[in-house]
Amino acid sequence: MSPPVAPPAWSRWLVPPAALSVHLSIGQAYAWSVFKPPLESSLNLSGTQSALPFQLAIVMLGLSAAFGGTLVERNGPRWAMTVALICFSSGFLISALGAETKQFWLIVLGYGFVGGIGLGIGYISPVSTLIKWFPDRPGMATGIAIMGFGGGALIASPWTAQMLKSFGSDNTGIAQSFLVLGLSYAVFMTLGVLLVRVPRTEDLKGEDKGKVAANAPGVLSGVQVSANSAVRTPQFWCLWVVLCMNVTAGIGILEKAAPMITDFFADTSTPVTVSAAAGFVALLSAANMAGRIGWSSTSDLIGRKNIYRVYLGVGAIMYALIALFGDSSKPLFILCALVILSFYGGGFATVPAYLKDLFGTYQVGAIHGRLLTAWSLAGVLGPLIVNWIADHQKNAGKHGASLYDTSFIIMIGLLAIGFVANELVRPVNARHHIPAPREAVDVERHQSESA
Amino acid sequence: MSNDTSQSPPDRRPLIAFAWLWVGAPLVYGVYELILKAKQLFTG
Repeated sequence: MSPPVAPPAWSRWLVPPAALSVHLSIGQAYAWSVFKPPLESSLNLSGTQSALPFQLAIVMLGLSAAFGGTLVERNGPRWAMTVALICFSSGFLISALGAETKQFWLIVLGYGFVGGIGLGIGYISPVSTLIKWFPDRPGMATGIAIMGFGGGALIASPWTAQMLKSFGSDNTGIAQSFLVLGLSYAVFMTLGVLLVRVPRTEDLKGEDKGKVAANAPGVLSGVQVSANSAVRTPQFWCLWVVLCMNVTAGIGILEKAAPMITDFFADTSTPVTVSAAAGFVALLSAANMAGRIGWSSTSDLIGRKNIYRVYLGVGAIMYALIALFGDSSKPLFILCALVILSFYGGGFATVPAYLKDLFGTYQVGAIHGRLLTAWSLAGVLGPLIVNWIADHQKNAGKHGASLYDTSFIIMIGLLAIGFVANELVRPVNARHHIPAPREAVDVERHQSESA
Repeated sequence: MSNDTSQSPPDRRPLIAFAWLWVGAPLVYGVYELILKAKQLFTG
């Protein structure tokens, strides 16, 4: 499939909705928990078993983003979005068959393996294109798309719950829900496939031309580093540590938010009810989503390194405030948790622009894909730290806020490590740069061959 | 010679509006449901 080059007067404001149509769809992954109780009751599964499709999907997200990034760069965003559409939707259709025939392995294969490939390819599919269309505001552009990944669960959760209520929570009802999701997401993502375009210098006019020209496919200016070279630079691994530490700190709260706020205020005069804890979780999701667009856009104004100083430095202060005063003030606890979650989202959304600053736009999507392996580790590390320590403290007879004191101190330490890694980021050594004229010609030739 | 200048580029604004509505409408639904749930923190 040829990279879809923009026709004359194509507006760059058509590219963010194309990206959003993909990210809002694949963001459904965070709403998997809605399927867990009906799956457990209708297929006689344990909680661990019912989590398998989601866990495999996240593993496949990391792997396909890491290993498929170069293919995405080579074949363009339309190819990537098409692959994401086919894999993500087929995953639901295979799962529907699995639910209908009560074959759980088909759900694991469909949603986890096939759908997971769709998640990874879909996640990185618009990043490089958005950065090329918005060289003046790369943080905002990628923030919009990656906000969509956070927003996907907000749509899928209530929608899925409503479908299970209408179709029933037995295996047939689950199958019908999977079927509707698969078909609906296929239609929804088609907009992205149809609208996405890569910019072309000669097709741009007026204001857009000046902004986009420097990053159009035929004109690679500034520092450019290939994905294979990027992973050999200390800058890549510093950013890997930064992302891993920031995500670990956020996911530690996100994964255990409801029991955490309940435990924190269990011994006070104003304990938190189950429904209020659910409201707290919803508020955290909003902060996560708002942070993606808000902080990422702010990074265009104050710089990438500075915004990560805020995420990691102020994040550590927020954790310290919770550890010191959290159980004495509910508003303070909620405020600090919201700020931490907004930094968690912001960290995800800002990193593509940080990569662009360091490695250029040449293979920024592929480099981003490889960096996302940090997310895979953090996804295990964050919940592991908080859950293991809370269980250990409970066995030692502790209760309330003291269950989490040690976890918070560890999180502060991890954020400090991330802060130092961010300080160590320097411009990439010239020996890693691609030889500019030859690569520019290569890219231009590739464009003309494919068009 | 004057072909390029006499042909005005197609107006993309309806397409832009449609595209943003396509993704904006479900997002607004999701945010609305989120607000209903988040209110429980203060009322529940």
